Amino acid sequence: MKITEYAKEHIIYLDGAMGTMLQAGGLKPGELPERLNVTHPEKITEIHKAYFDAGSNLVCTNTFGANTLKFSRDELREIIGAAVHSANSAREQSRGGEKWIALDIGPLGRMLAPYGDLDFEEAVKIFAETVKIGAECAVDLILIETMNDIYETKAALLAAKENCDLPVFVLNAYSEDGKLLTSAEPGAVIAMLEGMGADAVGINCSFGPQKLRGVAEEYLRLSSGYVIFKPNAGLPQVSGGITRYDLSPDEFADEITELLRSGVRMAGGCCGTTPEYIAALVKKSEKLAPVPVEDKNITCVSSYTHAVTFGKKPVLIGERINPTGKKRFKEALREGDFDYILGVGFAEQEQGAHILDVNVGLPEIDEVDMLTKAVCKLQAVIDLPLQIDSSNTEALASALRRYNGKALINSVNGKAESMKAVFPLAKKYGGLTVALTLDENGIPETAEGRVRIAEKILAEAQKYGIERKNIIFDPLALTVSADKNAANETLKAVRLIRERLGCHTSLGISNVSFGLPKRDIVNGAFFTLALGNGLSAAIVNPDSAELKKAYFAYCALCGLDDNCGDYISFAETLPDGFAAAPAVAAEPKTDTDSRSELQQAILKGLGEKAARFTAELLKTEEPLGIVQNEIIPALNKVGTDFENKRVYLPQLLMSAEAAKASFEEIKRGAPQNTSTQKCRFVIATVKGDIHDIGKNIVKLMLENYGFAVTDLGKDVPPEKIVDTVLSLKAPVVGLSALMTTTVPAMEETVKKLKIAAPWCKIVVGGAVLNKEYADAIGADKYAADAMETVRYAEEINRGL
Amino acid sequence: MPAVNVKNYQAPPFDRNEILRYAGARSPSPEIENLLDECLNLVRGETAYRVCFTQAPVTREGDTVNIGFIKTNSKNLAKRLENCDSAVVFAATLGIKLDRLILKYGAAAPSKALMLQAIGAERIESLCNLFEAEIAQKSEERNRKIAPRFSPGYGDLPIFLQKDIFLMLDCPKSIGLTLNDSMLMSPSKSVTAIIGLKNA
Repeated sequence: MKITEYAKEHIIYLDGAMGTMLQAGGLKPGELPERLNVTHPEKITEIHKAYFDAGSNLVCTNTFGANTLKFSRDELREIIGAAVHSANSAREQSRGGEKWIALDIGPLGRMLAPYGDLDFEEAVKIFAETVKIGAECAVDLILIETMNDIYETKAALLAAKENCDLPVFVLNAYSEDGKLLTSAEPGAVIAMLEGMGADAVGINCSFGPQKLRGVAEEYLRLSSGYVIFKPNAGLPQVSGGITRYDLSPDEFADEITELLRSGVRMAGGCCGTTPEYIAALVKKSEKLAPVPVEDKNITCVSSYTHAVTFGKKPVLIGERINPTGKKRFKEALREGDFDYILGVGFAEQEQGAHILDVNVGLPEIDEVDMLTKAVCKLQAVIDLPLQIDSSNTEALASALRRYNGKALINSVNGKAESMKAVFPLAKKYGGLTVALTLDENGIPETAEGRVRIAEKILAEAQKYGIERKNIIFDPLALTVSADKNAANETLKAVRLIRERLGCHTSLGISNVSFGLPKRDIVNGAFFTLALGNGLSAAIVNPDSAELKKAYFAYCALCGLDDNCGDYISFAETLPDGFAAAPAVAAEPKTDTDSRSELQQAILKGLGEKAARFTAELLKTEEPLGIVQNEIIPALNKVGTDFENKRVYLPQLLMSAEAAKASFEEIKRGAPQNTSTQKCRFVIATVKGDIHDIGKNIVKLMLENYGFAVTDLGKDVPPEKIVDTVLSLKAPVVGLSALMTTTVPAMEETVKKLKIAAPWCKIVVGGAVLNKEYADAIGADKYAADAMETVRYAEEINRGL
Repeated sequence: MPAVNVKNYQAPPFDRNEILRYAGARSPSPEIENLLDECLNLVRGETAYRVCFTQAPVTREGDTVNIGFIKTNSKNLAKRLENCDSAVVFAATLGIKLDRLILKYGAAAPSKALMLQAIGAERIESLCNLFEAEIAQKSEERNRKIAPRFSPGYGDLPIFLQKDIFLMLDCPKSIGLTLNDSMLMSPSKSVTAIIGLKNA
């Protein structure tokens, strides 16, 4: 019988610790426990048999660290083969009952990029090797455990799903704060794992059962499948160099039995537990009837930290990461300027968006690459769930694969072709799909017509195994100025979909006011009406005052805002209608008095002011004049002061950022030919090194001085740097390395550049470098700081 | 296998001057003071203070120093551990959230990234000081004293010793600290070190 079948009617008992048993058996320090599978198979068999005899239905092979990071392929094969063989022998030797063997997979012990240097796809590949061998050895299921990073968990689950048809159980390890080490809440973990089709989810290791109780209860509240609980034998007490855990087998069994009564369906032990603990647990709980598993019917998406649930408070989806109608955004996309895109995301987050829509489609760019990169960059620094927005199926697939959580997918519609393209992706990567109520015949005029399409979409989704809760409908807001009934029908469709189909809805609000003056007023009113009709989410500009007014007032009026606290905080941010425009506070007089306001703002490093003064000046002056007469002189002053040690690095950076804000303001008006553009400068942190603050500082300064900077990021292979220099014919490249261990990568890059691009000057910098070192590896220049790099670049630029 | 202890600490007191020194701004302007305040606010709640450690005997064979299964020919370490019969090997980390903050502001505002980096440097050193002081105090109670911490990468102690320390402490599992092939630790604000123990 398959374990998933048996689990329907029974509680499953897992095994206890393997490591604890091996250490008791004399595992030596530094010895890899997986090798014992080959050298001492009888010991491993004995441990498994002891667990089976104690009542475990499921034992995990001794393969926690069996992966190609630690072992060669051949040895890995031997280790996993021997591990499964030992478990099988134990099963044959033990008495009666239903028994299964799980291939155990633990974390890789390496951090995934961008915080570490292990690429996501590389992690998937490593897990895949282990899974394939395990499946060939005919294990009954895959058990992924002790994962404390949600992204690595995704890589492991994806590898399991892609390389075998076995059930997959996934266990995560939680920290004191009830989150994973990488700060995911249980809700985020469960949303992602169940979305991707894990057959059971749960908690292991970390602490004893009492301390994990809260997390376990959270799992029971949120999970729609089997919940596994496999904690330690309490807290470790170290004395005399020996670790003991503070719970006895009986105490442990009492705690776990309590949770079995609350709905946990599979239980065992982790560190410190032995067959005695399992025997005590089985004895205490074997008469319990398993608590039936309920579908919690939660519609949600998640980021790497938290889940956002539909149907409680209205969900605001920020629409600003989208090039449509935005010159500056298009320019950023063409130049691969992700900092700009991130800036838009930061702003939306500040303005209160709950989810960010990400659309980076432009005809002339490679959308697959761009969307994937944008998603990766955004999810590295913004903890909001993303709505991945593309009509390019390949781009959607690539971005969903890399997405760290359960994404909102924008979108599918009632056309057969669309459903055929999108549903397999939604199923595989576990997203929540936005479905537009249109099909081959267009958008039905009536609400009833749109509901019929929604029904058709639901029926089709079911064929792919996609549940109703994982579809939300966008019944399409049409322009009221073109058809006076347009809004009415949309509102009716919102209500019918909620009431009749039990599904949630989302709308792009602003379409409704197209062609009308002061559109914000209409948008705000329409949003309120839609919310009143049961709308769960809206795609909006989170900076729109009318939409926010509608949102906060609605929440306050509908009992969604305790003590109207959010409304009051929001209201306080609004200017009083009768007050005069806010006065700019008088600045204390300083020696910079003789300079203009803009220059002063830059010298003091006040970005907002610099932008405001620039906007003022743009009304009367030419952009180029502002750059030459205001920004450059201010930058020069602070640059010289820095070189003369009159100002410190943080001050230089604040000024540079203020100058950048000023440049942005100028670019907004006229994206092209604004500044006196200097030559191309390619910059990168070398392979193996993930420090990039120094590099970012240099980049910022170079940009301010008018250089066209191509930033390749950190941990960049030599080949990529060479290729970029060649394709851009760049006259100068800057390399950064912070670690002695990564200087060889810098040296290799310099060598390759000298051969492939002999014209290109190489400037190097970073904590471990000095002039001698730079000379020794063949660089043209060592720069001690950002200003020195700027001066060198200017020298090269003059010589061109 | 020697037992690995894991401890969580409360935030040690912040040392503003030390942070400013790391940021390269010894006598700060009001703007820099503001920047520091702003960054201290950002850091609130974003740092963990975790240490894992174990104790092992120190033995010598010729030029080689052994600490548990760590073996090295480092003269600097041998000197530091003079008269020591055992040592505490530890790893300390501030956790990944701070890295996220630094990454975030690396793109949005390098001045903040620089200041956050400086705060991180001060925090991790303060955590190590706290831990070391605790070991020193416990040693004193037993009439013993310590030889201050020494890390791979200092003097002639090879940075590749990190690998052995990681094996010994099982850092990924103990405190969520990982090591890559370049011997770079993630989370980045982390330290591994050895503290010697000897009779007073």
